[in-house]
Amino acid sequence: MTKYTEDDLREELKTKEYEYGFFTDIESDTFEPGLNEDVVRAISLKKEEPEWMTEWRLEAFRAWEKMIEPEWANVTYEKPDFQAISYYSAPNTKPKYDSLDEVDPQLLETFKKLGISMDEQKMLAGVAMDVVIDSVSVATTFKKSLDEKGIIFCSISEAIQKHPELVKKYIGTVVPRTDNFYAALNSAVFSDGSFCYIPKGVRCPMELSTYFRINQGGTGQFERTLLIADEDSYVSYLEGCTAPSRDENQMHAAVVELIAMDGAEIKYSTVQNWYPGNAEGKGGVFNFVTKRGICEKNAKISWTQVETGSAVTWKYPSCILKGDNSVGEFYSIAVTNNHQQADTGTKMIHLGKNTRSTIISKGISAGKSQNSYRGLVQIGPRAENARNFSECDSLLMGNDCGAHTFPYIEVKNKSAIIEHEATTSKIGEDQIFYCNQRGIDTEKAIALIVNGFSKEVLNKLPMEFAVEAQKLLEISLEGSVG
Amino acid sequence: MLKIIDLHASVEDKAILKGINLEINAGEVHAIMGPNGSGKSTLASVIAGKEDYEVTQGDILFEEESINELAPEERAHKGVFLSFQYPTEIPGVSVTNFMKTAINETRKARGLGDMPANEMLKMIREKSEMLEIDRKFLSRSLNEGFSGGEKKRNEIFQLAMLEPKLAILDETDSGLDIDALRIVASGVNKLRSDENAVIIITHYQRLLDHIVPDFVHVMFEGRIVKSGGKELAHELEEKGYDWIKDEVNA
Ligand SMILES: Nc1ncnc2c1ncn2[C@@H]1O[C@H](COP(=O)(O)OP(=O)(O)OP(=O)(O)O)[C@@H](O)[C@H]1O
Ligand SMILES: [Mg+2]
Repeated sequence: MTKYTEDDLREELKTKEYEYGFFTDIESDTFEPGLNEDVVRAISLKKEEPEWMTEWRLEAFRAWEKMIEPEWANVTYEKPDFQAISYYSAPNTKPKYDSLDEVDPQLLETFKKLGISMDEQKMLAGVAMDVVIDSVSVATTFKKSLDEKGIIFCSISEAIQKHPELVKKYIGTVVPRTDNFYAALNSAVFSDGSFCYIPKGVRCPMELSTYFRINQGGTGQFERTLLIADEDSYVSYLEGCTAPSRDENQMHAAVVELIAMDGAEIKYSTVQNWYPGNAEGKGGVFNFVTKRGICEKNAKISWTQVETGSAVTWKYPSCILKGDNSVGEFYSIAVTNNHQQADTGTKMIHLGKNTRSTIISKGISAGKSQNSYRGLVQIGPRAENARNFSECDSLLMGNDCGAHTFPYIEVKNKSAIIEHEATTSKIGEDQIFYCNQRGIDTEKAIALIVNGFSKEVLNKLPMEFAVEAQKLLEISLEGSVG
Repeated sequence: MLKIIDLHASVEDKAILKGINLEINAGEVHAIMGPNGSGKSTLASVIAGKEDYEVTQGDILFEEESINELAPEERAHKGVFLSFQYPTEIPGVSVTNFMKTAINETRKARGLGDMPANEMLKMIREKSEMLEIDRKFLSRSLNEGFSGGEKKRNEIFQLAMLEPKLAILDETDSGLDIDALRIVASGVNKLRSDENAVIIITHYQRLLDHIVPDFVHVMFEGRIVKSGGKELAHELEEKGYDWIKDEVNA
């Protein structure tokens, strides 16, 4: 079991089906809506956290109370009532439905198009399943090969219990509790998330994926991820799932912190497909995420994201290039359709010498949606010979949508070289007719053109993920040109 | 194979085709000539089903069936191919990927499964060799940054890959250098058979020296005003269009 790749795992999954599933060790209960210090204490208690963690949360809460929700993003939505949310709910073990017949047929149709297996469909839609928990289940096998290398990959709650020294040392060092309104809220009340540690010099032998993380049903409302790559290590981490996630939680505020120590490399890929609301813009998830990584000397962090979901997205995965010769990359495809609004981008903070960053952002807008890119490139006074290249391309479909680009550049060192390119194009009728004439129908033609437009970014995704992401793009834009 | 009966078409209420009659049988090559703006490309687009053009009168029969109501891709599936006068660019989509999609979509419409990859590769190799196309070229984005001649050669490569029943070549010769013209023409000749037909829209005799037409038609102000054998093309090359205009106006 030395070279156990994700492909092997996938193969095994196909034959063994889902032997792991939901399992509980916490009695199911849910807190009353509302947030105050007692609620924060209770969350911490529920999770049997040590004193320092409780205090850490409380400080975050006190800071949050004094903050106001930001308004600068190019999105409009009804502000959530933070006192109307329940901040703790034990993992839901009760199936929502007894059989697939009860599930929204439209959702099932989408599952089918994505090529998701029957059992997987059941799991994702929350349909009752016969789950056999096998002691030598796939997930365990997966974990074993990680253990051999000394890699820690578990839930953040488990890490707080088992690896308090690591959590205590690094949590909040990249995204301070007071960083912003949503980050402060998350720090106070997070209940779920992942933790990962790659030891010195270790190359993680497989793509780590939240999808395969055991014992964690679904994504939490306030997810917290902490990923530490020790010196000269490498990890590729996949977050999310292409299957549409419907969630009763309207607001999500996640925090992701990445730490790449000297010579380490982290590749963090996200495919996000949360419910965007219906065609009229009703329902849908509000997604306010703070993602940031810090690069020490010669380290590299690469963010790749494909965003097709959510009614409102507010997200700026960033890199602090602290160490000399460190590298930050941001590759993004953001699709908005119907009434979706996305304000996404990145921040590249160059502090060290010879630091380099690349930003490739592809925005695709259809329907009545608004798609904004907001990027900051900051070159500090000490950052000799820093380089940045940014490319922001927008593709418009129809006349009712919008694409906006807000690049901010702050340079405090004269040796910096910064290049910024931006284009806006429209899918032309001539392009569609050309495809039609070759036997390709309009729907497929759009998919082809969109894939071509997004290719530079899709190519950055791990192979398996890229194929799924491609299908996802097609589905997200279905029926957007009529 | 193709029968056009009293075809009238307009764009934004402006009449462009004003009563075209044309019959083309399998195995034949027809050349359509005529001054700029006479409606040649419009006729090609209307046959291919471009929705901007409204057919206000008349009918187009393909293999005895009216295709007037069919979507452009359905006409393509039946075997209608148009080599564009101005091919469009599709950034990020390689020629190979585009061809693969086109072939498999066409097969799907005909109730066939995807073409096996090895078969596709073999076909690509054969056709690109026939047209002396560097294989590296096929990895580039479709028409993006292609020279005028490269675009035209690529159109004929697609023609060779799709093996249509009716090929309409709209000014394929413009932009081709002397060698490329010969290569492309000999490619088209190799593809000719008793089962397919070609319409060549051109301004010059040079392509017709290589692909010899059975019939030559002259279009003027939305009508075919004169038809003849291959000598007609020589006559036009010599005398221009004035004498035809005079004939029409007389
Ligand atoms: N979409 C359109 N909108 C407005 N006018 C159009 C449109 N398409 C064609 N026309 C007009 O119809 C007439 C015929 O055009 P067409 O392109 O068919 O000519 P052609 O014979 O192919 O000319 P050329 O030899 O220059 O290629 C022209 O006057 C042209 O301006
Ligand atoms: Mg023309």
